[in-house]
Amino acid sequence: MCNTCGCNITPANEHLVQSEGRLAYTEDGKAAVTVLQSLLHENDHQAGHNRQHLDYFGALAVNLMSAPGSGKTALLEATIQALGDEFRIAVIEGDLETENDAARVRALGAPAVQITTGSACHLDAHMVHNGLHQLDLASIDLLFIENVGNLVCPASFDLGHHLNVILLSVTEGDDKPAKYPVMFRSADLLLLTKTDLLAVLDDFDPATAEAYFRQLANPAPVVMVSARRGNGLDAWLAWLRDNLQAYRQRLPRDETRSLTLAEEGVRCHRSSAPAASHADHHHHHYDHHHPGHQEI
Amino acid sequence: MTKYLLWKRGRPFTVHELSLCQHLLDQVTVLATAHGAREVERIVLQIGPLAGVEISLLAQAFSIARAGTLAENAELDIEPAPIRVRCQTCGAETEASPAHLACGRCGDWRTELVSGDQLVLASLQLTLEEDHV
Repeated sequence: MCNTCGCNITPANEHLVQSEGRLAYTEDGKAAVTVLQSLLHENDHQAGHNRQHLDYFGALAVNLMSAPGSGKTALLEATIQALGDEFRIAVIEGDLETENDAARVRALGAPAVQITTGSACHLDAHMVHNGLHQLDLASIDLLFIENVGNLVCPASFDLGHHLNVILLSVTEGDDKPAKYPVMFRSADLLLLTKTDLLAVLDDFDPATAEAYFRQLANPAPVVMVSARRGNGLDAWLAWLRDNLQAYRQRLPRDETRSLTLAEEGVRCHRSSAPAASHADHHHHHYDHHHPGHQEI
Repeated sequence: MTKYLLWKRGRPFTVHELSLCQHLLDQVTVLATAHGAREVERIVLQIGPLAGVEISLLAQAFSIARAGTLAENAELDIEPAPIRVRCQTCGAETEASPAHLACGRCGDWRTELVSGDQLVLASLQLTLEEDHV
């Protein structure tokens, strides 16, 4: 939601702010201050900044979210193999520990930055910003952000990405959309994964999963894939192509270029920074330095 | 309690309510300082069930994280927001629940959320420094 135009004020909260003006003083040295700012204001600010960088270079960022073990990395491997010649693909990997997933992506020739979050259960916009600085955005068409495997916390944090893809593997329950409504409500695409296993499972009905998903008032498409067998991949790849094309058409490129980034910021993001391992950057430096001032 | 041992400014946290709480205290401190406050008396939040925040965890995190800040003695007032949807088919506005956001009148799932995902710092009550009164 937006903190500048007043759209935060809804019929449900306007009574909280109805008073005599923004700052009402009382006689005993106390003040009541109306704020109406998102609690994630700081993260949202950084996310907007990230999105400006991505838009400047025309890189479409797709946030992949799911429970652990739903096949995010396998999907990425299959996607890079299928689209690697067509688009320049890079990956930001979020995990609590290890470089394993980034190594799997790099083995296929795509640049990958591993963010190890330590004990944090989600990626946030500041961590992704640090990750962006290790990539050459000028040579990326599609950036995948593989979020920490978790169906709860990642839903609350805007990373500056453009699209949310949520994976639900058929080895999980088909009622997961009802159990994790906040997460599934945010999907721009729902992928039912590992569908080659449907033949040996009798308790997952894709139609039931979709019905629960629709109950969240989400009109996003549902696509069934098996990254291992290749079933359904064409529909997923077509969705990516369509969205990249639509995104590029939407970008007011020339205006964006002149407005959003100072020259030094551009140089920084063009620097041929190797996708090195990510040191344990924490995410609570709430500085607003322009990236141009923060060479990595 | 183990998870709270990780509570330290500038370090990752285990639960996102803790992380959120730090965001809240940073925001409150900036606002209180800007208004010349000596102390924050009351913080009013509004949180909807679809914000993805567990209110009890946030309140618990707040009671620990406020130590040493201007909000050390502040009362945290969390107002839950109702879930309401507007139907794109029949136009009705009805109450809904987190996993059932379909229209309460005609049953169509094509609705838009009117209320329920708020995660908002609504207002603060401050005690001002003498010279700001």
